[in-house]
Amino acid sequence: MNDTWHYVGLLDEIPSLEGRVVKHDRLGDLALFRTSDDQLYAVEDRCPHRGGPLSAGMVHGRMVSCPLHGWRLDLATGEVQGPDHGCVTRYPVRVEENKIYLCLEPDHA
Amino acid sequence: MQESLIVVGNGMAALRTLEELTELAPDRYRITVYGTEPHAGYNRILLSSVLAGEKQLDQIITHPVTWYNERGIELKAGVSVTAIDRKTQRITDSLGNRVPYDKLLLATGSHPVILPLPGHTLPGVLPFRDAIDVERMLAAAQGGGQHAVVIGGGLLGLEAAMGLLKQGMEVTVVHLMGSLMERQLDADAAELLRCELEMRGLRFRLNAESAAILGEQQVTGLRLKSGEILPADLLVMAVGIRPNADLARSAGLVCNRGIVVDDHLSSSDPAIVAVGECVEHRGVVYGLVAPLYAQGKVLARHLAGVESPGCYEGSTVSTRLKVTGVDLCSAGEIHGEKEDEILIFTDPARRVYKKLIVHNERVRGMVLLGDTRDGPWYLELMQRQEPITPIREHILFGNAHLGDAGHGPAGVVHLSDDHEVCGCNGVKKGRILEAISRLGLTSVEEVRTHTKASGSCGSCTGVVEQLLAAALGGDYVSPVAKALCGCTQRTSDEVREAVREGQAMPVRAVMARLGWSTPDGCPACRQAIQYYLTVFHPASHQEERSARFVNERYHANIQKDGTYSVVPRIFGGITAAKELKMLADLVERFAIPEVKFTGGQRLTLLGIRREQLPAIWSELSSHGMVSGHAYGKAVRTVKTCVGSRWCRFGTQDSEALGVELEQKLWNCWTPHKVKLAVSGCPRNCAEATIKDIGVVGVESGWEIHVGGNGGIKVRVTDLLTKVATHEEVQEWSAAFLQLYRREARYLERTATWLDRVGIGFVREQLADPAMRLALASEFQKAHTEIEDPWQAGSKTESARHFAPLAIIGQQTEVAA
Repeated sequence: MNDTWHYVGLLDEIPSLEGRVVKHDRLGDLALFRTSDDQLYAVEDRCPHRGGPLSAGMVHGRMVSCPLHGWRLDLATGEVQGPDHGCVTRYPVRVEENKIYLCLEPDHA
Repeated sequence: MQESLIVVGNGMAALRTLEELTELAPDRYRITVYGTEPHAGYNRILLSSVLAGEKQLDQIITHPVTWYNERGIELKAGVSVTAIDRKTQRITDSLGNRVPYDKLLLATGSHPVILPLPGHTLPGVLPFRDAIDVERMLAAAQGGGQHAVVIGGGLLGLEAAMGLLKQGMEVTVVHLMGSLMERQLDADAAELLRCELEMRGLRFRLNAESAAILGEQQVTGLRLKSGEILPADLLVMAVGIRPNADLARSAGLVCNRGIVVDDHLSSSDPAIVAVGECVEHRGVVYGLVAPLYAQGKVLARHLAGVESPGCYEGSTVSTRLKVTGVDLCSAGEIHGEKEDEILIFTDPARRVYKKLIVHNERVRGMVLLGDTRDGPWYLELMQRQEPITPIREHILFGNAHLGDAGHGPAGVVHLSDDHEVCGCNGVKKGRILEAISRLGLTSVEEVRTHTKASGSCGSCTGVVEQLLAAALGGDYVSPVAKALCGCTQRTSDEVREAVREGQAMPVRAVMARLGWSTPDGCPACRQAIQYYLTVFHPASHQEERSARFVNERYHANIQKDGTYSVVPRIFGGITAAKELKMLADLVERFAIPEVKFTGGQRLTLLGIRREQLPAIWSELSSHGMVSGHAYGKAVRTVKTCVGSRWCRFGTQDSEALGVELEQKLWNCWTPHKVKLAVSGCPRNCAEATIKDIGVVGVESGWEIHVGGNGGIKVRVTDLLTKVATHEEVQEWSAAFLQLYRREARYLERTATWLDRVGIGFVREQLADPAMRLALASEFQKAHTEIEDPWQAGSKTESARHFAPLAIIGQQTEVAA
């Protein structure tokens, strides 16, 4: 069921260098981020440190900084940047003609 | 095509330059390093620890062969360069090869001075300069040698002597002068040091001149001019070093004592640069590591061709004796001239001696013996040349006595490994030391990155610096100016000046103009640049949401569970029934979990969900309430007491002035948060003297105090001025804030800023009525150009970004 693409909104609805939330009844909150070169990334909206809402963090390069204690995560790998450790689940996301589609099967690549 | 860079010398100066260079411009040069010694790079400073048996030679290797390989650097260890042909730009090496260069870097270091005494070529007579010398000394000591003589009672000589003593030899130090280390120590400290070292077993002959070295096949003794003969199986000459400029001199470069270089470390031939002990810069030759590193840093930037590489302008150096158990540190002027004031602390029982040379309220020099933990701090005071007036009373007792709450006075060296240094992140001393030695950390930033210590409130930064200084000894270079963040080499001051002088432009354009290494910066620099833009280009700068931390984007404070707190502005802390009823209704309607009074006399609404925020702003706005900026680097609250309106002791109407002041000053971005208070009489119930601006009513008018702080490090305000009317208080306060907005670094509180620039600077600036008025009206303009963020925010399109982008599944909960 999860391997289908869900339409979640338009690219313009995510401001550059910010995040938005997609709520899911079973997976909880997912965060979608838009980088300065208009790449989109989707990860679970929960910092591995103290559960902070990553979607409210600042995006820089391919990174997001958690708003609670500043942990940095690489959005492309889901990995926390050193010296901290941890990772978040990533979800595939794609944009076609300004429309954003999200897949709910975690991306393990 | 790659240019070729030939480096002559494989010492610490050359390697630091190459480290920086390969970081900045990894592919620019094809690099070849010639090193006379058959080793990879090692830390020469720690040779004395090897001699003392505290470390093995392989433990002080800093640059193993792999380091060169990883950077594509060719290392020719054991090969020296014998000639330079500047016309054809070629060098000749000791194997006879002629090799062309585009750039030539001379880092030939220095020669030990060998006194031409009869017998100086005998086996067993050694300098103390490199790893081979140390190996020979160790061999002599371990091969049954009993007596050692060290000629030279300077830093190097004493380290050699103590090392040999530890190896079990009987050691006598022969020194030409009447006191030890006469270039670094005054006579009193030198005498204390001599006693200290004699107690450990060293013997001394002071005012003693050597006449001849005795022996046939091997050294057997030293005869002094006095006729005394000292037996010696080993004789170490440690009478100084002189720059090795031989190669440069024979190539016709301009040389005095060393190779003469300009502020870019360039020699008289533009294709040849030089660094380290072999150079002479502005007439000074350095023999300590910190200046060499500073030179290397500048040189690397020039070689890398970065924009605005900067200049090397000379260094203030400090000397530390690296003898375990003997703490000694000195820098700058050590005797004191006529005009100087000398501050001295001595405690014979603890064998502590501290001397500071002060001129015109600024530190010019120091001599510390027995307790050197404040050495880095004094050195910083010397480098910054800031007036010490406010701390003069306590200065000899050290940094730890200046009210750093919680971070006690005990020397860090004596703290147990379990001692929690960083209370915010729970980092213990042992963990920090372990990280320093295992990962080879050398700066506070590196310690912060790897251990988190000092990464939050920063109040333990001084302790971390001391731990670094203790662990690294002479290797520790105390930070002079820190880069703003990892995206740039520029300091916050440099960025601010560039923005001040430049045009209004987007944050990203500033980064591009200043050569940022990242396309869109990081949270630290994005916020700083936007702040500087709002201050210097208030009319033309377009606010960029993406350069705001969540709190300033959402005009609310994020809490640990991801909800927000909202604080409406209540001017002067005075409210009324109608407002309270409205707030009570709002709390019920939005089911807000908690309402609390804040430390600044305001109400905070806690537990608000992100998607509720625009509706709450809109509701508060419609009832005339505006943002309290409790979330921002901005003017926050004006706390007041009831004053003469109610209080039977009150002398002035603090309520009225508090409300006026808050109306005048609110809604303005500042480098850091700004808190105010107004007290109606000197009883000071509003605690005004620990606020950024504190106003206290007196019979004749108002006192304006600035730079207070009640947080991590309590700082009591400095009195700025006394005025008669409310209008004057407003003008002075606005002018003070504008000066702070223009001159402080982003994230620098008024307390830290004042500690840095001094209240004298602020008084001077604001004393001129024209200047004061200009600053106050500039502030007023900035203040009126911004709309209340709640009023503005609830109207804009971005308000809908607070709701989820989409809801997938059976979820029925919808945003309020």
